[in-house]
Amino acid sequence: MPATVDRDLTLHLETLRKEQGDLVRVEDVGDVVRSLLMSLSGEISAADLKLYQEVEALAAYIQRAKAEIAQLRPQDIQAHYIASATDELDAIIGATEAATNGILDAAEKLEELATDLPAAQRQALTEATTTIYEACNFQDITGQRISKVVRALKHIEDRIEGLVAAFGPEFKSASHSDQSPSAEQPAATDDDLLNGPQLPDKAHDQAAIDALFNNS
Amino acid sequence: MAVDKNMHILIVDDYKTMLRIIRNLLRQLGFVNIEEATDGSMALQMLRGGNFGLVISDWNMEPMTGLQLLREVRADPKLKSTPFIMVTAESKSENVIAAKEAGVSNYIVKPFNAETLQAKMVSVLGEF
Repeated sequence: MPATVDRDLTLHLETLRKEQGDLVRVEDVGDVVRSLLMSLSGEISAADLKLYQEVEALAAYIQRAKAEIAQLRPQDIQAHYIASATDELDAIIGATEAATNGILDAAEKLEELATDLPAAQRQALTEATTTIYEACNFQDITGQRISKVVRALKHIEDRIEGLVAAFGPEFKSASHSDQSPSAEQPAATDDDLLNGPQLPDKAHDQAAIDALFNNS
Repeated sequence: MAVDKNMHILIVDDYKTMLRIIRNLLRQLGFVNIEEATDGSMALQMLRGGNFGLVISDWNMEPMTGLQLLREVRADPKLKSTPFIMVTAESKSENVIAAKEAGVSNYIVKPFNAETLQAKMVSVLGEF
């Protein structure tokens, strides 16, 4: 490779490093390859040409892959789906914990009442409440399992964040451009109404439902 | 020698419902002096300030795990002979080995039942 090409390439790489640090966007890799090809002069062998074509094809492949990944809207996956899944799992932990405590309240009450009963009946009730206490173990186990899933989701979220950062800010704008307020939204279908239970902080309580029902 | 059912037992778990379950099972076994901590460091502080005949501890807690608590207990001249039962969902053989190496008295895997709890307590404390 001629010395001028070396120098141009080095300058280009230094400029990139000054502007963006060590994290280089994919399109900038393409620029480097393009400038390298354009700065070539003199005789080029068939092998060199083949190599340059391969490099150019590789840059084009990366660009296509980037476009395809942008179509997947990784920002949306990160911001909407994963965040929503994490909230739902947290809600499961909260709901099972509340239910377990309700069951334990009732079992403890039964034990208190049992103290006034004849010995045989008291024994039977105690055995029944023991079974309830044992069964309530599930809450700890399911809570720990769900926490593991939440950690796995967080890991995926971090990876997507890294992908978006590596591929550049236009990922973000591409992701949001399809959701501009002026964009015409299709009419909601019956399936759109199937959202499942709402998270506790977003759900309407019965009073709000009554108010909505009576005023609509 | 008969087990003193008035002895103080410290149960350690970061799940409040699990503390409640173990407390109720112990009460059904006749033990009345039961105290609770929600992680290892809180438990260690309580152990150093009290007189406990048994520790029943979870493993997976923050900031101090049950294993770290066990090591601290075994390294403390005043506490080192305190019976210590690990009650945990960690069921890999390396966990059990690590706990044994750290000096655990017995090991219960969650979910557990009252019979298992009683059997392990008997093996550690003697018949009651």
